[in-house]
Amino acid sequence: MIYFADVAALTRKDLRVELRARDTLPAMLLFVLSTLVVFHFALPEGTGDDAAYGLLWVAIVFTALLGLARAWVPEQEHGVLDGLVLAPSDRSAIWLGKTLATLAFLVAAQVVALPAFVLFFAPLDATALAGVLLADIGICAVGSLMAAMAAASRSREVLLPLLVLPLAIPLIVGGVGAAISPEGGRYLLLLALYDGAFAVLSWASFEYVVTE
Amino acid sequence: MGLALILALIVAPEDADQGISQRIFYIHVPIALTAYFCFGLGAWKALLLLWRGDERNDLESYVAIHQGTIFGALTLITGSIWARASWGVWWTWSSNQLVLFLVLFLFYCAYFMLRFSLEEGARRARSSAVYALFGVVLIPISFLAIRLADDFIHPTVFVREGPQMTGTMFATFCLSWAAVTLLAYVLYRVELAGKRLDADLRELREVLQ
Repeated sequence: MIYFADVAALTRKDLRVELRARDTLPAMLLFVLSTLVVFHFALPEGTGDDAAYGLLWVAIVFTALLGLARAWVPEQEHGVLDGLVLAPSDRSAIWLGKTLATLAFLVAAQVVALPAFVLFFAPLDATALAGVLLADIGICAVGSLMAAMAAASRSREVLLPLLVLPLAIPLIVGGVGAAISPEGGRYLLLLALYDGAFAVLSWASFEYVVTE
Repeated sequence: MGLALILALIVAPEDADQGISQRIFYIHVPIALTAYFCFGLGAWKALLLLWRGDERNDLESYVAIHQGTIFGALTLITGSIWARASWGVWWTWSSNQLVLFLVLFLFYCAYFMLRFSLEEGARRARSSAVYALFGVVLIPISFLAIRLADDFIHPTVFVREGPQMTGTMFATFCLSWAAVTLLAYVLYRVELAGKRLDADLRELREVLQ
């Protein structure tokens, strides 16, 4: 129970920092909307809906990367991470808190972006929405760990997409499949499997990434 | 060692009776299996590092993954040549194995980027180890995803006639597999010895200064 209290406190901290500084969410929103407008011009007239679904996933992944790149910046700037690592709580709670906060930002950005997508391009059904949610969980879980790794490196902004994109390929397959395939359930299963496997792995290995 | 490889190379073509393009099978498949093995070994050493905290495993994991990436690149090249010879194209997205190797190749290139942009030390060792562990989980999930993706990217799955192996062909295959594995092992030992020597020299220099 203390563990979950720690996680909740850490998530709350991130959300409160964001409410005050407004560094990440407006950027993500603006980015995803601009991307959708760019896609309108990138897709030639008469292209089918399938292509639009594919591009939606490009937009989602890159928006998530934008949010993840900012995820550990407050911790880095003021040495907060050292304090958190020293705090008498399980270190994986730091990862879980960050994952939940990033997930909240990503979902908030999508609350605006997905209706815009429906308005501009093509309808989304329940399976597609479930796919989006499951993929969000996966990309935030893996991404917040990778972002912590990248934050410690010399080339942090460049490194993060390189680390995350190969890992995100199954998510894109699952998401696009859920949106366009008549048997979307199989793709949702793939996404759930991905989330389960990588969330456990990230949860277990976070400690090794942040300790000196 | 060299003898085993030469033997495999010379013996293998004699058994090939499905045209010249099939001969590359004896090289391509063992290389691919060896690459998987190297990635697995790298992840196992990474797990040992995280588990027991033995610093020696860091270098071993790195060298294994380095070898795996080299063999993975060779798999892509030989697979591409095979695809050109038997399907008439240099690249095909319908070959699941090739696509998987491309994904893995990108993944492990990112591993090197990560490794070379972190400060040397225990933290780098552990971060690299964690990323290496992600790799072995990624392999089956990617394979599954690529299999599923086939359904919407290519509605008609490319059916390739599996080579029906006769006894001699199978023996040749096993022999070349053993040879490639041996080659990988020797390369692994050589690179490891070189890297260790390098580290020792650097340490010595620091002591002398």
